[in-house]
Amino acid sequence: MDANDTAVFTYPRSLSRTPTHYCPGCLHGVAHRLVAEAIDALGVREKTVGICPVGCSVLAYKYFDCDMIEASHGRAPAVATGVKRARPDLVCFTYQGDGDLASIGMAEIIHAANRNEPITVIFYNNAIYGMTGGQMAPTTLVGMKTSTSPTGRDPIDRGAGYPIRMVELLNTLEGPVYLARQSLLSSADIFRARRVVQRAFSLQSKGFTFVEFVGTCPTNWGMAPVEAREWAQKRMIEVFPIGVFRDREAEAAKASAAKEA
Amino acid sequence: MANHIEIDRDRCKGCGLCVASCPRQIIELGRDINAKGYHFAVQVDPSRCIACQMCAVSCPDVAITVYRGRK
Amino acid sequence: MGEKILMKGSEAIAEAAVRAGCKLFFGYPITPQNEVPEYMSKRLFEVGGQFVQAESEVAASNMCYGAAAVGHRVMTSSSSPGVTLKQEGLSYCAGSELPVVVVNVMRGGPGLGGIQPAQSDYFQATRPGHGDFRYIVIAPATIQEAVDLMMDAFDLADRYRNPVMVLADGLIGQMMEPVVFREDPPKEYDKSWACTGCAGREKNIVNSLYLDPKDLEDHNFHLFRKYDEVEKNEIRVEEYLMEDAEVALAAYGTTARICKTAIGLLRAQGFKVGLVRPITLWPFPYRTFRKVADRVRFVLDVEMSMGQMIQDVRLGVVERCPVHFYGRVGGMVPAPVEIVQQVQRLLAE
Repeated sequence: MDANDTAVFTYPRSLSRTPTHYCPGCLHGVAHRLVAEAIDALGVREKTVGICPVGCSVLAYKYFDCDMIEASHGRAPAVATGVKRARPDLVCFTYQGDGDLASIGMAEIIHAANRNEPITVIFYNNAIYGMTGGQMAPTTLVGMKTSTSPTGRDPIDRGAGYPIRMVELLNTLEGPVYLARQSLLSSADIFRARRVVQRAFSLQSKGFTFVEFVGTCPTNWGMAPVEAREWAQKRMIEVFPIGVFRDREAEAAKASAAKEA
Repeated sequence: MANHIEIDRDRCKGCGLCVASCPRQIIELGRDINAKGYHFAVQVDPSRCIACQMCAVSCPDVAITVYRGRK
Repeated sequence: MGEKILMKGSEAIAEAAVRAGCKLFFGYPITPQNEVPEYMSKRLFEVGGQFVQAESEVAASNMCYGAAAVGHRVMTSSSSPGVTLKQEGLSYCAGSELPVVVVNVMRGGPGLGGIQPAQSDYFQATRPGHGDFRYIVIAPATIQEAVDLMMDAFDLADRYRNPVMVLADGLIGQMMEPVVFREDPPKEYDKSWACTGCAGREKNIVNSLYLDPKDLEDHNFHLFRKYDEVEKNEIRVEEYLMEDAEVALAAYGTTARICKTAIGLLRAQGFKVGLVRPITLWPFPYRTFRKVADRVRFVLDVEMSMGQMIQDVRLGVVERCPVHFYGRVGGMVPAPVEIVQQVQRLLAE
């Protein structure tokens, strides 16, 4: 080892050193790191307020090294609305899972998006309630077994509904500025996700920005971490397609370039 | 000197995602266990490391620092 | 002191909040309090503030939580069924020790009930939400008092870092009376705990989660030491014509005004009747009732409910004298003559 070697990948400043409580291989840790890296890249740690949800990431206030607010279940976008209406100069993100955001918090996320609140929402979708022990989530795939859909999610005979696609749903609204879904299921995906998160944070002052991560829950899926990534790659991506669904700024830039040309 | 990674053995939870992510296949879960009881990851042949960061970005516990050696 | 202005109760309450330095309002329409958000939706933008018509009362109370967490004065208003929904965010405010002011213009229940005045939220105001906590609850009986108490509410909230509920009813909301606004500037409070960005300090966390039972117990002990302080310092009560009274009426808010009229009629007939009017419903003036109980033949508790405050009146009286009840509900307002008849009947027994 040489003191002159350059560290090309280091621990982000905006992530606290507290080890997480997440199960081995849970990709919440990757999502947290990407958020912290975006805050670092924009140099806004000292004016950022994060809002964490109820669910597995309920303790996220310990893991980010910036001011943090713990919200009640599903209400993080409402709390963020309060934060930004009081202090528009702050940077504010919410960090939410699928039960929190797409079930109990559906009203709050839709309306925050519709009002175009200048916040960044990070949505970790692993198709299950992790913290409470693996119950069916609004994003659980059809046929997927969970502790409350023991024979597989059955939208027809058991009336259990279909997986909700949040980015597509939000994309029907006029308000949002940036809507994207990105996978955390391979290193290459994570490199792309890093750019997506940074883009979302950099556009926050323009309005509502939303990044959905397709992640895993090895413990409640009953799979080893690597196997869980492969399963999600195979099964979740076809239901939750990856992409930037909306980037108002890029669209505007493109439009004005076309006009000039 | 050379490209290499440092793994914070006490942060590692032995999930194996870095092992699967390494294009050179030079990371393994070791036989030793850390304070939490996990078989932590180790880099077995640093001389083949290309400092690509694939392992580090895949690590949910931010246990890996990647160094690029001076040529 | 400023000039005298004729104002509708709801609007006077809203204006008092603005003058207390509240620049943020988050609410949801519900009768009979719509004049408060309507007033705020215009007025707050004039003073550089923000108004949001939230998607629900649940969301509104959580928006208050967010605005309070960054250290700003914030309020919401609602009416009974809406307040039930607000209990969620307000319990988190109490747990996280955030100052918020909530106005409850009560209507009759249960369920959708009706839209006419009632006092049937005494329980949900003084025995609020989930978990061990308290709101400071203040109940105005006139528009002037509503204005004064509204301004005090923000100070109480900031001083004790706790939700304060102003408990009114449709009559207070709809009545017009002349008011004078105090002109003292809003007081400053230490808000170094607020989430304003961690420049030059360690990060702040606003949170009500304590997974370790010992920590949660300590947190509850801490909250209740604070509530002890509130009980020591903040009890407010009016004793009206109680010096020579042989009968005490007990009532708050609008009902207390009606009782005063009834007392006038009774005294004209030679009956020595007075009134104990709790202004703070929590902390409750138990001691006043204890003191009064030794001097009167009985207490007649009058409410626009099936009997809620009477539980606290009884706790104060501790069986030193009989406590009777007269109530009208569902939006029916007791007439002074009904109270007069009740007193006469009880005296004749």
